[in-house]
Amino acid sequence: MKQIKMKIISRRNVLYLLGGTTGSVLFSKYALSKPNLALNKIKEISKNAKVEEVDLFLDVPEIAENGNQVKVSFDIESPMTEEDFVKTVYILADGNPAPNVAKFSFTTDMGACSATTRMRLSKTQNIYLLAEYNNGNFAMTKSKVKVTIGGCGG
Amino acid sequence: MSKIKPRGKVPKTASVDEIIEIKTLIRHPMHSGRMKDKDGKKIPKRIINKFLVKFNGKQVFGMDLEPSISTNPYIAFPFKAKKTGTFDFEWTDDNGDKYNMSRKMTVS
Repeated sequence: MKQIKMKIISRRNVLYLLGGTTGSVLFSKYALSKPNLALNKIKEISKNAKVEEVDLFLDVPEIAENGNQVKVSFDIESPMTEEDFVKTVYILADGNPAPNVAKFSFTTDMGACSATTRMRLSKTQNIYLLAEYNNGNFAMTKSKVKVTIGGCGG
Repeated sequence: MSKIKPRGKVPKTASVDEIIEIKTLIRHPMHSGRMKDKDGKKIPKRIINKFLVKFNGKQVFGMDLEPSISTNPYIAFPFKAKKTGTFDFEWTDDNGDKYNMSRKMTVS
């Protein structure tokens, strides 16, 4: 009897158990502290100014079967006059090797603030749209895209 | 490698204050620097990194492209027609090569 009990909680098992728990704790800590590159970039661009999270029109597919060609378009309501216009629009992705996707520079001659392009997505991730107004205000919105086959190369 | 060739679609005529849509596409591989060729060697990074649009010599739209933009970058954007003029499109890639195209538009 004594021997069986010893087997149930042997010194080796205790060590394994301890090792396992510390390992998983460390891993979850790592997962939590993994930086969101896109959000860091947004902070960098806005120079820590307040970024309002509003519902800008960002059109991305809910599910992208091919990550090589994902259509992305946006439309921001703005009068586009000298007093009030959108100066710059950034598109960022938090799961790609580099967070930046594109930067658009708008002028009042355009009459509207919208554009369409196609981008690559390596995996399922969030797409961020950051708009900079001429008065220095920032606004952003995000949208999740599920990617079936990644498109950033091996 | 196929020849790099820009294409664009601008309405030939427009009425005053009409917001038109301009569509452009350039045939370009957009090597992100992460892809590998058949022998497993990395293909060096070569992308279009800048796109500029001028109307009668004045810049109206610009875009900075990153490796996350797809092969054969397609860009569509609006423009408010006010007077007759010429659009000049310019793409610049990592080698410093420039690709140009111009289109005329008549406003009545």
